[in-house]
Amino acid sequence: MTEFFQQLINGLSLGAMYALLALGYTLVYGVLRFINFAHSDVFMVGAFAGLYVGRSFHNSSVGNGILIKLLSMLLCAVLGIIIERFAYRPLRQRSKLTVLITAIGVSLLLENAGQLVFGANPQAFPQVFPAQQFTKGDLIISSKDIVVLGVTITLVALLQFIVLKTKIGTAMRAVSFNAPAASLMGININIIISFTFGLGSALAAAAGILWGYKFPKIDPLMGIAPGLTAFVAAVLGGIGNIPGAALGGLLIGVIETFVRGSRWSTWTEAIAFVLLIAMLLFRPAGLLGKLQPEKV
Amino acid sequence: MTKRFFVLLFPFVLALAGCNKGGNDANVIKVGEFASLTGSEASFGRSSHNGTLIAVDEINATGGLLGKKIELITEDDQSKDGESKTAVKKMISRDKVVAILGEVASGRSLEAAPICQQFKVPQISPSSTNPKVTQIGDYIFRVCFEDRFQGGAVLAKFALNSLKAKRIAILTDVSAAYSAGLTTYFKEQFIANGGQVVIEQKFTKDDKDFKAQLTAIKAQKPDAIFMPIYYGPATLIAIQARELGIKVPLFGGDGWEAPELIQGPGAAEALEGCYFSTHFAPDQEGSHAKEFVAKYEKRFGIKPDAMAALGYDSAMVLADAIKRANSTEGAKIRDALAATKDFEAVTGKMSLDAERNARKPAVIIQIKGGKFVYKETVNP
Amino acid sequence: MFLSRPRTCLLVAIAISVVSGAIQHHIDPYFVDVLTSIGINITLAVSLNLINGYAGQFSLGHAGFMAVGAYTSAALTMFLGPKLFPSAAPTVVTMVWFLFALLAGGCVAALAGLFVGTPSLRLRGDYLAIVTLGFGQIIAVIFRNIEGLGGALGLNGIPANTNLFWVFGAAALTTYVVTTMVNSTYGRGFLATHDDEVAAQAMGIDTTRCKVIAFVVGAFFAGIAGGLYGHFTLTINPKGFDFTRSIEIVVMVIVGGMGNTTGVIIAATLLTLLPEGLRTLAGMDIPLPGREPLSLRWIGELRPLLYSILLISLMLLRPQGLFTWRSRRVKLKAT
Repeated sequence: MTEFFQQLINGLSLGAMYALLALGYTLVYGVLRFINFAHSDVFMVGAFAGLYVGRSFHNSSVGNGILIKLLSMLLCAVLGIIIERFAYRPLRQRSKLTVLITAIGVSLLLENAGQLVFGANPQAFPQVFPAQQFTKGDLIISSKDIVVLGVTITLVALLQFIVLKTKIGTAMRAVSFNAPAASLMGININIIISFTFGLGSALAAAAGILWGYKFPKIDPLMGIAPGLTAFVAAVLGGIGNIPGAALGGLLIGVIETFVRGSRWSTWTEAIAFVLLIAMLLFRPAGLLGKLQPEKV
Repeated sequence: MTKRFFVLLFPFVLALAGCNKGGNDANVIKVGEFASLTGSEASFGRSSHNGTLIAVDEINATGGLLGKKIELITEDDQSKDGESKTAVKKMISRDKVVAILGEVASGRSLEAAPICQQFKVPQISPSSTNPKVTQIGDYIFRVCFEDRFQGGAVLAKFALNSLKAKRIAILTDVSAAYSAGLTTYFKEQFIANGGQVVIEQKFTKDDKDFKAQLTAIKAQKPDAIFMPIYYGPATLIAIQARELGIKVPLFGGDGWEAPELIQGPGAAEALEGCYFSTHFAPDQEGSHAKEFVAKYEKRFGIKPDAMAALGYDSAMVLADAIKRANSTEGAKIRDALAATKDFEAVTGKMSLDAERNARKPAVIIQIKGGKFVYKETVNP
Repeated sequence: MFLSRPRTCLLVAIAISVVSGAIQHHIDPYFVDVLTSIGINITLAVSLNLINGYAGQFSLGHAGFMAVGAYTSAALTMFLGPKLFPSAAPTVVTMVWFLFALLAGGCVAALAGLFVGTPSLRLRGDYLAIVTLGFGQIIAVIFRNIEGLGGALGLNGIPANTNLFWVFGAAALTTYVVTTMVNSTYGRGFLATHDDEVAAQAMGIDTTRCKVIAFVVGAFFAGIAGGLYGHFTLTINPKGFDFTRSIEIVVMVIVGGMGNTTGVIIAATLLTLLPEGLRTLAGMDIPLPGREPLSLRWIGELRPLLYSILLISLMLLRPQGLFTWRSRRVKLKAT
């Protein structure tokens, strides 16, 4: 029984990071109807930003940790906005496939540039928050798990607040419903889209730092696998739906963990995709999504 | 349609342009080397390459071989699958090397070996330990011990006798030939000698989260955990194990041998008191060893590890064979290599047996106080 | 004009293949390798072009079909072959068995294509892309778990049956089939589906069936390419058929121009030559008078970076591909 709960904790901790990453995918898809393949690499850049910034702080404390995090999030927000401005905006009128390929190109670019700049060898991630263990009977909760879950919940709540209760959030939702109508209402689409990308990228950076904190060996290709899984999580929860993405992330994290601890651990990678395909075939709107009728 | 088929001719024309170029440079002996200079096992490649460099420079400084200097041609396989093949083919057919040195990782040696065998170019692996490597053909050699010895006589006995661990959990990297092989040979001997494997868990190369596997292992309460894997995942697993409250010793094979194993936050503490087997320890006995350690430290500023020592030995053994064969013909070098007996290598006196493996002792290293400390030697 | 004599062209191409197979031994082995890679990539790219370019379906899992073909044919030549024809089999028998193995690989891949295509092709653009990507990964994971086929370590020691004859022959055949198909009724169906699916349906075309056929045929040839690949590299493992490999093929199709077979062939050739050319360049040392020779090794490290920059620039500046000069209009869809 303890094993079950321990795995649950492990799974939620992993799932929280997937959730953060999934939020970025879902935000961008909601507003632009396109899959930002480069998102997983912004995640990687966030982790490396944390590495370099973190190296200059010599003690790990909660305050320093938060500072490092905020700095990387800012950096990646800017990166996301730049990518959108130069790689995606010129293609807004073109076919979906063209933009998708460009996104793949940007992803490859970031990965390869990362390998050149950071070196292809895995590097040790500094301890940005202090680490310790809490025991309750046979169950062990690491402070790492607490930090991860805490940060994720905070950011998700913050995001929901922004989207539902602020003016810019309302504008975002308007653009996602109907962009031309929104612009007719006086909303500056370009600014909203830039903001969305910035927000999504900041979340990716947060996820990247948490990842580096939990698994202290980072390398430029670290984003590929989590990125795909997080995307599946976003679809699972209902693409375009924020709580759905978070739920999807947690769900996949837990399922993956249980599978990995079982006899069938070598099938773990396939699990996410099997779930995806099943979801798309039987309930394309996702767990929490609403079916959008296709306008012909 | 016509146009399309003329287009198919296009590559063909390029081919004719490239017909049989490249002659042999008569003043040098070209030796090829492929190693993982970058990527996840970069430590191995850099070490073995450095060791080889020292050997080549030493040989050239004393007049070279058969009156000619050695030219070392090095290719980086980036720790990736698929690169070794192309690199080795290029070195054989375009650079016309007389022999190939490489690799450390068994999987990549296995990739290149069929090609070396096919073209009858002798290949010497410095430290691939999976038995399959030399089984590919009679042109493939290694200057280290192999995993039937490491898994069985060394590690299984160490676990039972020194660690007094009767119930063991094993964590295998199924994407690495080395890991899968070592697991098998360890199990054979361990179980045959009365040990019990309580649980086996698996993972693949890019996995980062092992808490799932470790939680399952913890529930079985083993006396120790055997991790026949490479240093990258070993560090992460150790840290996560300690986070989960697993306190038993962890031990592994020569895949752990890299300074990166104990680098990074929490790494050295997590692995404190753990053990691994390997080929060489800088603080071990033997005059050749001391000389080599001094030379290496002088040139590179750090002490050499096992991979460096074996890189050195692989080049020296090759040179010795070329001298005895008095020729750079593939077949003659091969025969001379096969006859290597009582060669004084840095890593110990070695002979190549009928299966072209080296019979040599292993050493056990313990991680103590953030350093690698020599513990004991195990003889074959 | 170009379509007037497809069969003659095919025969000429086959003749060339036979000749190249015969003179193979006189060519530098490294060059033979490069040519073989070119041929395999042409087959892959042209087959993907049918799916992506002509039928307009975005498949990101093409490497999965390649894997199916590679493993099937390797299993036949390594395990079944020796049982049916005990050693000392003359060359003719080996060749015939190899042909059979290749075709079998293609057929099993086609079946996989059917299996993947039928449910997925109801989905639109992006979703289809992700699902095909998912299937590609799942196929790789399946092979990783089949211990009988080597599991994660893959299969070693596949007989070296591939030579220039097979490779160019396959490329020629693929091109022939794809071209004649596109110019048939089926082909009109693909193009109509690609241009405007709803209108095509209104015209009575069974668009799902069209898409599935394109998928199955594309998968068949990918399977053959996979078989050729396996018997060329002599070792296959699931890692080699992952998403990265699928993307490489997609890039060839994009650079060549989706729906442009000639362009795709040229692109496949150039993109195969590029890394090898860079490798040679990177290995050279430029002699500088009086100083250490300048090492060009850094060029090798830049190659993947240049690749991605190429892709992005292409999409921004010339999305119809580098080699499209004929006027098949690429329909620009409004969002």
